[in-house]
Amino acid sequence: MAKTHKEWERPLVELEENIAKLKEVARRETDPAKQERHERDIAKFEEGRDRYIDLMYANLGPWEKVLVARAERRPYTLDYVQSIFTNFVELEGDRRGFADHAIVGGPALLEGRPVMVVGHQKGRNIQERQFRNFGMAKPEGYRKAIRLFDMAQRFQLPVISFVDTPAADPGVESESRGISEAIAAAMFKMFELTVPTVAIVIGEGGSGGAIGIAASSRVLMQEHSIYSVIPPEGCAAILWRAPERGPDAAKALRLTAQSAQEFGLIDEIVSEPRGGAHRDPVEAAALVKSALLTNLESLAGLSGDEMRTQRYQKFRSMGTFESL
Amino acid sequence: MKRRNSSALFLHVRQVDSCPGSPITRQSSTISIAGVSSETLSNKTPTPGSAFLQCAACKKIIFSVDFEQNLRVCPYCGHHHRLPSRLRIELTFDEGSFQEMDQELRSVDTLEFPEYTEKLTTAVEKNGPNDSVLSGLATIDGLGVSLAVADFSFMGGSMGSVAGEKITRTLERAADQKVPAVIFCASGGARMQEGLLSLMQMAKTTAAAQRASQAGVPYIAVFTDPTMAGVLASYASIADVILAEPKALVGFAGLRVSKQAGVGKVPDDFQTAEFVHKHGMIDRIVPRKEMRTTLSTLVRILGSGARAEQQALL
Repeated sequence: MAKTHKEWERPLVELEENIAKLKEVARRETDPAKQERHERDIAKFEEGRDRYIDLMYANLGPWEKVLVARAERRPYTLDYVQSIFTNFVELEGDRRGFADHAIVGGPALLEGRPVMVVGHQKGRNIQERQFRNFGMAKPEGYRKAIRLFDMAQRFQLPVISFVDTPAADPGVESESRGISEAIAAAMFKMFELTVPTVAIVIGEGGSGGAIGIAASSRVLMQEHSIYSVIPPEGCAAILWRAPERGPDAAKALRLTAQSAQEFGLIDEIVSEPRGGAHRDPVEAAALVKSALLTNLESLAGLSGDEMRTQRYQKFRSMGTFESL
Repeated sequence: MKRRNSSALFLHVRQVDSCPGSPITRQSSTISIAGVSSETLSNKTPTPGSAFLQCAACKKIIFSVDFEQNLRVCPYCGHHHRLPSRLRIELTFDEGSFQEMDQELRSVDTLEFPEYTEKLTTAVEKNGPNDSVLSGLATIDGLGVSLAVADFSFMGGSMGSVAGEKITRTLERAADQKVPAVIFCASGGARMQEGLLSLMQMAKTTAAAQRASQAGVPYIAVFTDPTMAGVLASYASIADVILAEPKALVGFAGLRVSKQAGVGKVPDDFQTAEFVHKHGMIDRIVPRKEMRTTLSTLVRILGSGARAEQQALL
């Protein structure tokens, strides 16, 4: 089993590199007949590549979903913010002495309509990753989110959450400042809101770190995102004393968007372009945007009280048990 | 606390197989735990009929009668041994006042998770059918409360759909009947075997706590050993008043998780009731023998507004 998305996609990447090389050869070719032959080859290879992508992505197992959800090239919150919204102004600080960069947020316009955006942010290179703490928010991240939720309530702005975190930060600092309380308080605040709230999982929905900003009126997941109570490696370590059995745990945990929908825990799966969001971020953003608009639209008719009741009932009904 | 003593860890984690609430992790040769403090597991319940038992913390031999009379607190070192839910209710609330509710709820293996059914069966055989939470109504010095008491011995007190539903109903009953809610927490975290369903119990119980808060009824949480992860990061931490038993393990992520995340040395009292108290995350550490009085006083004073409303309703 591949351990990373890069490793898993290597055959595909090699194929694409070869196609690129062939294109270069074709471009330099002076003999029209030969060039035409190259073009035919390229078209054939490209068709093969598309078939290969379809094949790979049509049969994504739970572990492959984990790899795709964690892919470095996958669009992150700020990538979506940039392509979906206009006039985004990032607001920072928890006003309690700390600033967190694993959760970002601020007001923006969605098709000209004022909204409040909150989301986890990961980094792509070493510096960025450190700055973003690998997308693992500390208490101050959730306290900033609470501040933004509060503002959204006062200024009557719908709240849009982008969820993409491996987990909340587990360090000594976070424990000292009450990471558990911060997560619980963020959810608590979300249940107070009378404005519409929509959350979308765009990569990793990592347990408490994720639900802290996703107790929303509507919860969506991208086609290849995951949502789990525990990382599969951690689960495997507990169950079989073998963290390397992450793939088996991924299967057992039913952490795919498709399973979440089957259990009635999310409202909608948002499709991704052929081969995943990272292959066509522009198209991916268009699909996310359209889903956000539809879901906001569907909530538009509810009064503040109805909004709260709907949200309460939605989460109230989650859970399966026998009643003798 | 000796929980970072490696031999204690081994001894302890081996017995925690049925407790997979998120934070306990194991690898082939090294073991670390998050959700569970070690000592009390090895002899959490004294063998019935035996006249003596050994304190798991200080290893001294205790006369069983003294141990029981002392509310299962070691008379030598003050270690608070874990309590089964029913005994805790007996020791804390008015005699015979407990009316159990929600006892018809049973966990189901919706995910068809490996070995879950077997683990549930074992836990039910050992602890009875109540899953990890006992809920209902009781009185304390004559004042009504809606209460829930978790039991670590049922799959590590982990929160699955049943525990989530019972906590939710406890908070809803408090809101509806205008009585204070009292919840004793004891949990390694969310129940992994119920996957995302158990993660959603965090949101569900938090929503219920929000509703109780809005209804103007006080909600008091008591952290007992251990109160961890998904439980700590949801309904437990947003109570109006938070009490804890001395030395209870209280934390978000297990030591293994912290270490994997590159966390180096941790303070000696890391993830204890004393640590979170020092950092302002809980109100008071209350020894078991003072718990009843403390709760009674809080219920009487904080619940006075709700009682007035209740009277008006009648």
